[in-house]
Amino acid sequence: MTKTTTHDHGLSSSGHKPMRLSGLESLKLTPASNFVNVGERTNVTGSRKFLRLIKNDQYNEALEVAREQVEGGAQIIDVNMDEGMLDGQAAMVKFLNLMAAEPDISRVPVMIDSSKFEIIEAGLKCVQGKAVVNSISLKGGEEEFIRQATLVKRYGAAVIVMAFDEDGQADTLERRIEICARSYKILTEQVHFPQEDIIFDPNIFPVGTGIEEHRRNAVDFFEATAWIKKNLPGAKVSGGVSNVSFSFRGNQPVREAMHAAFLYHAIQKGMDMGIVNPTLLEVYEEIPKDLLERVEDVLLDRREDATERLLDFAESFKGTTKTQVKDTAWREEPVTKRIEHALVKGIVDHIEDDVEEARKDFTQTLEVIEGPLMDGMNVVGDLFGSGKMFLPQVVKSARVMKKAVAYLEPYLEAEKAAAQDHSKKGKILLATVKGDVHDIGKNIVGVVLACNNFDIVDLGVMVPSEKILETAVKEEVDVIGLSGLITPSLDEMIFVAQEMERQNIRLPLMIGGATTSRAHTAVKIFPEYSGLVVHVNDASRSVPVAQTLASKNARAALAEKVKEEYTKLREGYLNKGSKKEYLSLEQARANALKLEFSPATVQAPDQLGVQIIEEVDLAELRNYIDWTPFFQTWQLHGKFPRILEDKVVGEEATKLFEDAQAMLEDIVVNRKLTAKAVFGLFKAQRSGADDIIGETPDGQEFTFRTLRQQGKKAKQAPNLALADFIAPAESGVQDYVGCFAVTAGIGLEKITEAYEAAHDDYNSILAKALADRLAEACAEWLHEQVRKKYWGYEKEENLSNDELIKEKYRGIRPAPGYPACPDHQEKPTIFEILQAERIGLKLTESLAMYPAAAVSGYYFAHPQSKYFGLGKIAKDQVQDYAQRKGQELAQAEKWLNPNLNYEL
Amino acid sequence: MTQKEHFNARGQVFAEAARKRILVLDGAMGTMIQAYKFTEADYRGKRFRDFPHDLKGNNDLLSLTQGEKIKEIHAAYLEAGADILETNTFNSTRISMADYHMEDLVPELNEEAARLARSVADEFTTREPEKPRFVIGSMGPTNKTASLSPDVNNPGYRAIDFDTLKANYLEQAQALVKGGVDGLLIETVFDTLNAKAALFACMELFDELGYPLPILVSGTITDASGRTLSGQTAEAFLISLSHAPLFSIGLNCALGAAQLRPYLQTLSRESEFLISAHPNAGLPNAFGDYDQSPQEMAAQIKEYLDLNLVNIIGGCCGTTPEHIREIAEMAKDYTPRALGNLSNDEPLVDSL
Repeated sequence: MTKTTTHDHGLSSSGHKPMRLSGLESLKLTPASNFVNVGERTNVTGSRKFLRLIKNDQYNEALEVAREQVEGGAQIIDVNMDEGMLDGQAAMVKFLNLMAAEPDISRVPVMIDSSKFEIIEAGLKCVQGKAVVNSISLKGGEEEFIRQATLVKRYGAAVIVMAFDEDGQADTLERRIEICARSYKILTEQVHFPQEDIIFDPNIFPVGTGIEEHRRNAVDFFEATAWIKKNLPGAKVSGGVSNVSFSFRGNQPVREAMHAAFLYHAIQKGMDMGIVNPTLLEVYEEIPKDLLERVEDVLLDRREDATERLLDFAESFKGTTKTQVKDTAWREEPVTKRIEHALVKGIVDHIEDDVEEARKDFTQTLEVIEGPLMDGMNVVGDLFGSGKMFLPQVVKSARVMKKAVAYLEPYLEAEKAAAQDHSKKGKILLATVKGDVHDIGKNIVGVVLACNNFDIVDLGVMVPSEKILETAVKEEVDVIGLSGLITPSLDEMIFVAQEMERQNIRLPLMIGGATTSRAHTAVKIFPEYSGLVVHVNDASRSVPVAQTLASKNARAALAEKVKEEYTKLREGYLNKGSKKEYLSLEQARANALKLEFSPATVQAPDQLGVQIIEEVDLAELRNYIDWTPFFQTWQLHGKFPRILEDKVVGEEATKLFEDAQAMLEDIVVNRKLTAKAVFGLFKAQRSGADDIIGETPDGQEFTFRTLRQQGKKAKQAPNLALADFIAPAESGVQDYVGCFAVTAGIGLEKITEAYEAAHDDYNSILAKALADRLAEACAEWLHEQVRKKYWGYEKEENLSNDELIKEKYRGIRPAPGYPACPDHQEKPTIFEILQAERIGLKLTESLAMYPAAAVSGYYFAHPQSKYFGLGKIAKDQVQDYAQRKGQELAQAEKWLNPNLNYEL
Repeated sequence: MTQKEHFNARGQVFAEAARKRILVLDGAMGTMIQAYKFTEADYRGKRFRDFPHDLKGNNDLLSLTQGEKIKEIHAAYLEAGADILETNTFNSTRISMADYHMEDLVPELNEEAARLARSVADEFTTREPEKPRFVIGSMGPTNKTASLSPDVNNPGYRAIDFDTLKANYLEQAQALVKGGVDGLLIETVFDTLNAKAALFACMELFDELGYPLPILVSGTITDASGRTLSGQTAEAFLISLSHAPLFSIGLNCALGAAQLRPYLQTLSRESEFLISAHPNAGLPNAFGDYDQSPQEMAAQIKEYLDLNLVNIIGGCCGTTPEHIREIAEMAKDYTPRALGNLSNDEPLVDSL
């Protein structure tokens, strides 16, 4: 068998392969290995307590017995369910399956122990590791022995062979040797069973029984062990050690001493492993000398009166018991630490006591969940994320969590009733998407949300989109949560979002799971779905998000924040550009937005031509100010008015805001600034693909040149240009376009000069910032006037300033130099048509407006016109554009440089 | 020549090839299929035009409805230098086909997929007899786990049992052999108990046939914990499956070549079987795409070769013929991982 290898496969020095077993982890037995302890307490024939637990269906407690064994040092766990009153097979399967879910138990290999082979076989079908079968024998004849051994080999287990044959159990040294030799020969020669996986149990029988024939029971075992190790290569020896002390039941100290002494001698003869209760095993060196002498007299059959002497001596030990040693130090920790420990370790024992204690520390029961319990789960999440915990352990943590929550549930209900909280719980649908079976995270989220008073509709795993949406509609849920762990799930989530869009289901969508990310949600899901979609990083984040989503008011604020964030993320991603694909201009034009132009979408302005508003009422404009950009000017980031309460910048923002209000008051009351506006509305048609030709009432033609997106789009998304919003001449529909220029900067120089002279930069900047805001407000106000009055397509419009800021109205007012139309060179066209110098505005050499507190742009009124970013464009378009504008390519490239997808 | 002699002879050729050189396994099938952007109608073909359920995504079905395209993919990999083709049967078990209501097609899916790969492989072998090409039948993990409960509140529950898995795998293996595979690949093992059922099924099949075929096993270490999904360490995984006379054992999927290395080293150190690896093209980015270039991946695999870790090397998710070409080019210059007990007179496949 010995082979020369270039790799060390762990062949021992004696040439035998080690016996290798496994649970979740490996266990190797080499001749150099120490004795292997097999835990015996999970055996209904050996432990009355375990039998009672199994009979009463107290499997959780029964698992604790197994855990105690492993924690106490058992390296293999023996499981035996052979009891007349039990369905042994069902109990075996159930217990093994439960053990598999306990990683700190199932890390060790299992010994499947039964006298019935069908129970063994049922057990073998439940263990993923390499187990040990205990046992088979020649009791039923060779044929049956071969059949069973072949199956054991095929299931991939090692095997214990009892010294038992057709004539009965071996009770002498000779019979032990005879049966073991015969079994070994059949196994190795006929079954080709790996010799290192054969373990003999040469029968440990009781000694000290007073029966003459029993005196040599231990000695014969020792000698048989020595013979096997010498004559049957690779074979191991095992035995049920506690049998030896059977006649001293009830006298623990004596039994422990007997076990220790028996093992000491058996191991010297070569015994490899044994079924022992490691928590009830004395250390040989620590057995009192007088007791040891009497025990060994019996074991080694050294004296005629050995048994009587031990019996007499044993009397004095009766009743003393050894306390069990287990790590309970964590119980001394403060309650939050204990809860964390229980969650991390998956220990359910004390969790109810601990949460009860924690509950008294908090005023609200919910705080226990959101505080210590969630904190503990976050620790679990971190450990899992960093590879220090693995899946089965996390499942256990979830169970502890669930138990804790179940315990707290009545208190939650009671508190709610007392508070007369009749607020309707939000209803949340959770599902692991089609193609994915992973649901730990989803389940945790479910538990946590349920704790927070949400109704949970959990559709489980592998849920197809149809079922998710059907259920969502039928159950009238408030939020849909999708989860997944594997990468194809990402695509499935996109699909679900697309389906929701298609079916017009605009429920808030939560995305979570290990492979999901904010970036993926922002870039791939968010653009597909016009409802609200939010990525939720972990279970603890799901609560605040779900609460926000379920409340209509808070939802709108979140929607906006998310939209802002995701748009930014998405643009950031799209602008990275290195991998971005571009269409040719021709292809991009072929993929233009095709709008419908009809009386429903096109309306003639009430008044065509250019109009001037010489002085806009500043007091009126004050109401149109969007304050968020004002704070951005000062590097204070956050939405107004929330920013005033922001933890970090709130105080400073508030101070700034007060100063601004005071200055604004002065400006308005004392008319320190003047706001003016000019705008025009004209007949217009799209010309070619990208140009808009307009006509003034006196018949003068002008052309707006627009640019078209060229980045390759996800399917169905068009490549936009502003010209798409205007009807082409061929359509036969007369369309219209507008343009405008406003300023609020007249008088600003005087103000700032005064401040600067006084070296008051702060107020100087403040004045400029306010003028900018007023100019923007003026543009917003004017746009509203145009919509409601001058163009008049939205006469009934009635929007709040907040709604105006969110651009809830029909039509857009894009400005040259901004994302939809980045070419500043379009400004002169607008200025010329409007004769904007009449309101005190002019363009600098670099085409900036002066005064700077000014806005100019176009008006588009089609209901489907919208803001967009041009993104990068390719050279073919720049060439085409330069030609259309009648300028050199170099000039166009200079102005469009930031938007070129190529280097100059 | 009897069937038995035929397969023994093929097995010997396979073993002989593995002794002489590092064998190159093909790359991802799914990645290649995605590139074709098949529509629902393409998946259906004529035959399943009126099938009452959605079929898009049922990649294994393409063996029946887009056979020529599957052959193109196989040929692209052989062209790139692969020695071994995996059949397009990763999900061709009743359990997995139930998603598509196509359980009854399982025998046909496997047999036809094996035939497609066989015909492409034979074509190349005829062209280059000095480099024989092999076909192994891909047997995936199914979408159920035999040793984990899908229900957190009921840890003792199992959505599938050993006997059902065994029956599923037996049906698949039978059809694969009928279609002419040279060996069987039990792959992407994330629950070792599923793989044990598959091995058991193979043994039963070999009993039935009267001769064995090479069995290749490949497990999946799911993440940085270094464990399978069912919680086993790489070494425990190896031990749990070493009872069968394996042709090779190895790792694939979930991780890129660099992340896989330590676990591969464990297997290489502890295993007496040939060692295989077919890692992903790196780790997926935030969008689930694999963007490791052929060169980057080959650079990481070079480390395996320098460490003499592998006998069979290929690619999993995200790999393309270009990846395989880089790997094959490089592997040519290395000797396979030495296996002392693989002497000439000892068959790789034990008689049972």
